[in-house]
Amino acid sequence: MTVNSLKLAALTAAATLAIAAPAAAEWKPERPIEFVAAAGPGGGTDTFARVVQSALSKGNLLSDPIIVSNKAGGSGAETFIYAKTSGGDPYKLFFGTQDAYVLPLANKLSYSLNDLEPVAAMTFDPFILWVNPKSSGIEDVKGFIAKAKEAPGTIKVGGAKAKEADETLTTLIEKSAGIDLSYIPYKSGSEAAVQVAGGHIQANVNNPSESVEQWKAGVQKPLCVFEETRLTDTTIIADGQSWNSIPTCQEAGIAVKSFAQPRTIWAAKGIPADALAYYTELFKKVAQTEEFKGYMTRGAQIPRTLTGAEFKAFIDQHKVAYSGYYKDNGWLKTAD
Amino acid sequence: MSNFGLLLDGFAVALTTHHILIMVAGVLLGLVVGVLPGLGAPNGVSLLLPLTFTMDPVSAIILLTSMYWGALFGGSTTSILFNIPGEPSSVATTFDGYPMARQGQAVRALTLAFSSAGIGALTGVIVITLLSGWVANFALRFGAAEYFAVYFMAFASFIGMSSGSPFKTLVSMMLGFACSAIGADTISGESRLTFEFDALIGGISFLVAVIGLFGLGELIMTMEENLEFHGVKAKLSLREIFKTVAEVPRYWATVLRSALIGCWMGITPGGPTAASFMSYAIGRRFAKNGNRFGKGEPEGIVAPETADHSAGSCALLPMLALGIPGSATAAVMMGGLMIWGLAPGPMLFTTRPDFVWGLIASMYLGNIIAVILVLATVPMFAYILRAPFRIVGPMITVVCMIGAYTVASHTFDIWLALLFGVAGYVFKKLDYPLAPFVLAMVLGDKAEDAFRQAMLTSNGSASIFWSNGLVGTMMALGIILLFLPLISKLLSKAGIGFRRKALPPQSEVGSV
Repeated sequence: MTVNSLKLAALTAAATLAIAAPAAAEWKPERPIEFVAAAGPGGGTDTFARVVQSALSKGNLLSDPIIVSNKAGGSGAETFIYAKTSGGDPYKLFFGTQDAYVLPLANKLSYSLNDLEPVAAMTFDPFILWVNPKSSGIEDVKGFIAKAKEAPGTIKVGGAKAKEADETLTTLIEKSAGIDLSYIPYKSGSEAAVQVAGGHIQANVNNPSESVEQWKAGVQKPLCVFEETRLTDTTIIADGQSWNSIPTCQEAGIAVKSFAQPRTIWAAKGIPADALAYYTELFKKVAQTEEFKGYMTRGAQIPRTLTGAEFKAFIDQHKVAYSGYYKDNGWLKTAD
Repeated sequence: MSNFGLLLDGFAVALTTHHILIMVAGVLLGLVVGVLPGLGAPNGVSLLLPLTFTMDPVSAIILLTSMYWGALFGGSTTSILFNIPGEPSSVATTFDGYPMARQGQAVRALTLAFSSAGIGALTGVIVITLLSGWVANFALRFGAAEYFAVYFMAFASFIGMSSGSPFKTLVSMMLGFACSAIGADTISGESRLTFEFDALIGGISFLVAVIGLFGLGELIMTMEENLEFHGVKAKLSLREIFKTVAEVPRYWATVLRSALIGCWMGITPGGPTAASFMSYAIGRRFAKNGNRFGKGEPEGIVAPETADHSAGSCALLPMLALGIPGSATAAVMMGGLMIWGLAPGPMLFTTRPDFVWGLIASMYLGNIIAVILVLATVPMFAYILRAPFRIVGPMITVVCMIGAYTVASHTFDIWLALLFGVAGYVFKKLDYPLAPFVLAMVLGDKAEDAFRQAMLTSNGSASIFWSNGLVGTMMALGIILLFLPLISKLLSKAGIGFRRKALPPQSEVGSV
């Protein structure tokens, strides 16, 4: 009896172990993880990847080392091609924006969205219309539109790269306000910011973080934000104005609704389901860290984190929207 | 003078045991990174960045910049010893450094390079100290047209100053432009010359090309010469080092000219690589022994090294004041700044003076420490050259291959480096200069972007290149530099004499 009950106890223990084992052995990284940023050093996506890295190590959320590498070639396409060739590898994560699904719309590339596994959209960067008030003489949206109508094509709008977010937004402004602007592509938004500050071009459509320092220095002024509601931060930044003081473009007279840019994280297609679940949980925690919150506040970002089905639905909807813009602009690649 | 007071405050921040130890560690790490071709300062700094997340920003930037100085110094070492540039900016150092080392004067070459580099760096820091406020405003005056004018001057000085046939220089440069055009085009967003080949979508890395053209190309040449590269009996005495350091003031004109070119190219968007090339080309024209450049002339080492380092230091200023990095490494550091919660931009100087001036003070100290440390390594490096070719040869091959791979962790790059090695050999056999090719690869796509942006800004009118005094002067200077050989030829044909006849009258004056 005693022997039997012992046996039974042993069996039960073994059974419990057997059941518990998979739960306890849920996927965990065992070697260094590579973060691949689809932008050069100092660019928005690079900073994003490194802030996540910093949040993970400062918050002790991950003990394995992280290596951030930059694959900026082909406007970042290099990163996603690399993802395709690393199919199933759970030790590589890819950082980008909407570029992951927008790049293949216009360019013949060897990867498609099907080669990527969406992990998370960590936060959203709003877009703002900035001008140099001194050299352009423009103080508000009304003045901007009036000036553009007076002399079509003379307002030069700078932005990062050709097509993609900045040029798309410029064409949306043109259409909704019925004006004619000239878009000039630069390597990065910060370059476009300095060109506006120096008075070489009149405007840009930068994210808040790319132009905020020039705003403080008085060489750039925000005219309106491309969101449905105003930004929430009421901390005074310059001239007694806060992010919250900037009108939405809709109220100011440019009927472009929301045009935010997601900061996205991807894995290679075919990674183990529990690895994906592990990263999803991990990045949800990252979004709650002080480090990451500080990053969002500094950039006046919209703190909205999407994962799983919610993120997938967003991608579908965002991709359709971009396909529409690209089609209208005649940028879609010709079918093979 | 308020800048001086701020600088003293900066020294108070930088001069702590903790920070000096950080500087020494940074410089040593940088030396390692710089000596290994391919790894380079940008990669090294980017690898070190995660370590700085938990440090305070001042210590962090001191660590990163010290590493940068170390890497800049280290990059010249392999250029001189093996003809493999460890850094893009030390390509021009190979032109005279390597021949000098092969003549058994490796110690002299290394010492010349390091001490003139130190002078260049300190000049750069002094310029930053004195002109920080003014420079930031000046850099704002650079639009696309001005950017293009800076690049145009660099190209023009190369064609106009080349020793060989201008035709060959031009051919080499055009091939460089073609290579730099590979990859995605900034203005249209389209891929060019990639033939739908994934490995080419990011373009060809300049470092891979250089490793092949110089390192492997030279290796093939040496093999053809029946392995004549016997161990060079380099003199290895400390006296040789001191003697060489004392020799540097003799080249004061070259040092001064190169430092000025360096500061100019660092503040404007040219960057250290372009600065070293331009300084070398102009040095060849104006130095007393300019016609002997390329054969192991001391001034051929002093000119690019001084310019490289003064540009490297000055390039940090636009990064801090405008958020526009003047070099690849500055771009990585700028990323660091943003993660530490500092925003580079015009307000940084007023909101965080402790950070900015602590950094500037550390640039003085860091460079002095770097010079002392690298000079101490000279005998060790020179000793390597005593090994016979059958040992050094395979070693160089391996270093080149690893270097080509480390640039971006692409296996394809190894094949590319081999291909460039053969190209380098052919170039040398046919007596085509490599330098214009390299220069065009570094600046080609930037110059193209700037040109097209300028054209978009002016709605297609070329008058934008003459639209203000700044850009007009630069373009005019560029054109003069471009046609200088032609002008001097015409002048001498007209019997006035420009260069050849300039010397005899002088000696006559002397005798009278």
